[in-house]
Amino acid sequence: MTTLVHERPPATTAVARRNVRRFVTTWSSQLGITAAFVIVWLVFTVLAPETFLHSRIYVSYAQTVPYFGLTALALTMLIIAGDIDLSFPAVFALGLVGYVGVEHATGNVTLGLLTALAIGALAGLVNGVFVTLFGIPALVLTIGTQFLYRGLTLVLVNGQSYTLTETDGTIAGKVLVGRLLGVPMQFVWFAVLAIVTWILLYRHRLGHNAHVIGDNRQAAALMGIPITRTRIVLFVLTGVAAALAGAMNSFAVFNFYPGQGDGYLLPALAAVFVGGTSVFGGRGTVWGTFIGAFLIGGIEAGIVAVGLKEFYSQLIYGAIITAAITIHAVLQRRLAH
Amino acid sequence: MANMDRAHPGRIEQGMAGELHALRPSHPQEDQERQAVLELRHVTKSFAGVHALRDVSVTLHGAEVIGLVGDNGAGKSTLIKIITGYHQPDSGEIYIRGRRIHELTVQKARALGIEAVYQERALAEQQSLWRNVFMGRPMTRFGGLLDVGAMRRTTAALMRESMGFTSAMLTPDTPVTGLSGGERQGLAIIRALHFQADVIILDEPTMGLSLSETEKCLTFVREIRDAGKSAIFIDHNIFHVYSVADRIVLLDRGRIVGDFPTARYSLEELTAIMREVAATGHFRDPRDGRDEDEHDGGAA
Repeated sequence: MTTLVHERPPATTAVARRNVRRFVTTWSSQLGITAAFVIVWLVFTVLAPETFLHSRIYVSYAQTVPYFGLTALALTMLIIAGDIDLSFPAVFALGLVGYVGVEHATGNVTLGLLTALAIGALAGLVNGVFVTLFGIPALVLTIGTQFLYRGLTLVLVNGQSYTLTETDGTIAGKVLVGRLLGVPMQFVWFAVLAIVTWILLYRHRLGHNAHVIGDNRQAAALMGIPITRTRIVLFVLTGVAAALAGAMNSFAVFNFYPGQGDGYLLPALAAVFVGGTSVFGGRGTVWGTFIGAFLIGGIEAGIVAVGLKEFYSQLIYGAIITAAITIHAVLQRRLAH
Repeated sequence: MANMDRAHPGRIEQGMAGELHALRPSHPQEDQERQAVLELRHVTKSFAGVHALRDVSVTLHGAEVIGLVGDNGAGKSTLIKIITGYHQPDSGEIYIRGRRIHELTVQKARALGIEAVYQERALAEQQSLWRNVFMGRPMTRFGGLLDVGAMRRTTAALMRESMGFTSAMLTPDTPVTGLSGGERQGLAIIRALHFQADVIILDEPTMGLSLSETEKCLTFVREIRDAGKSAIFIDHNIFHVYSVADRIVLLDRGRIVGDFPTARYSLEELTAIMREVAATGHFRDPRDGRDEDEHDGGAA
């Protein structure tokens, strides 16, 4: 049997050392983000124990972080495949237009919710089809569709807001924003969908293809990976996640306004990148995004709780995001050598 | 072998596919040699009005190695990308084992036993070795769920038995970034062999390899033929191609200008012909003195 390459030198202690290094670098993005999260939490707890040693703030986080965290999960897959979606905040609202229309016509909250999800899927499908069929970079296309979807929302509801009190006590309402053993359903959804995302990314054909496509699209094409289909599916999943998050948000506050979702763009992307997902595609972690979402979502309330003025929050956000991304970049360069 | 996957007895065979002995057909080799495993008839392809291939016909028989040579822009990569289903021809017909294939895609070609070795261009660098081996054809259980354990074990077995990766530093989870040029080439070849291809297309497999790695790569190509499989070997370097090929097919500006059995033409003659073709677009055959215009031209 011919072997094509030289055998490597036999294992030595240097090998063991390299293995340790490989382990650390392989898991570094996850270890790093987890450590950052724990440190920030400890600082907040020491400075504001009366807030951070009681459950109320955690219940609040469990309700609010998933709004952008859910979308961040889907975005993680999309970004690993080398695409991006900036239109999702507009899909938050556009899905609810479908809900309002169907609920008002039929009085059926569940049907309204399903309509919202279907519209999210459709919005994602439009993104995916335009990006793949016309070869438009996703960044550019979704800047366009984000105006398109927001504009469509405003026109369809005539700029009006709606109260959604009819969702109170309904099954759909309980499933989306109720409590399970005292835990807000928003968090339950976030946790369950994080696990589903992990399975899709690391134990499913979809994630396998997404990794290869984001890493080297030409290689994916040469090896017969269904690139167009995979990319479109990931855009659709992002649209559905955005519509679900939008519905959750509205159901929780019994209100829908056409500007809904504004302000979630950067936190969601920050959660993904702070979590260690590469902006160049091919690499990312679900755990990083999950923890990253709580890190990003937790800072603002924490800053207020420790007695700083709220306008410090952006400064501290900026510092944490910049530091986290720099650490990921440095670790990745070391891994490459 | 001991730690091969026991839960997937069918995979053991596949896992050993890297060992060319396992690829050897049970029926006599002579039968296969008669049969055309791959045939292109009058294939034409142009990109944005530029003719990349004009009326190309090639036949590849069983247990045969064709060396495909030609200058840059001669159409070599277009031709192999049509064979692998990456490009669709504008006109012409493709037959695999005598059966006409319409709208050949990469997935269809791989399913029909045509695998290509594209060097590092077809490796995903940040991904693990197992992900690269199973790129495009992952082992799955049901509903698209991956059998990652089986893929890791198969990759480990391929690394040990076929690639000669014995180092503890390389595991199935190592990213490709940690591999040398020769190791990457080995990975690309093993990937093609693992899927029990009948036709293996090697696109400049010796590029960037050291002398000893090149020699091993050429031996590998000979073993493909010994195992009764066929190969198309593309290389700039006629010295590499000549030593392993049964026939040299010469492409120039999108046309096949000659088809030379290596048993009848010396390396010196072919080198002279290639030089003449590159300069003038045609050649005088030293064997029969006829001009290329009277020459059959097509390889079929």
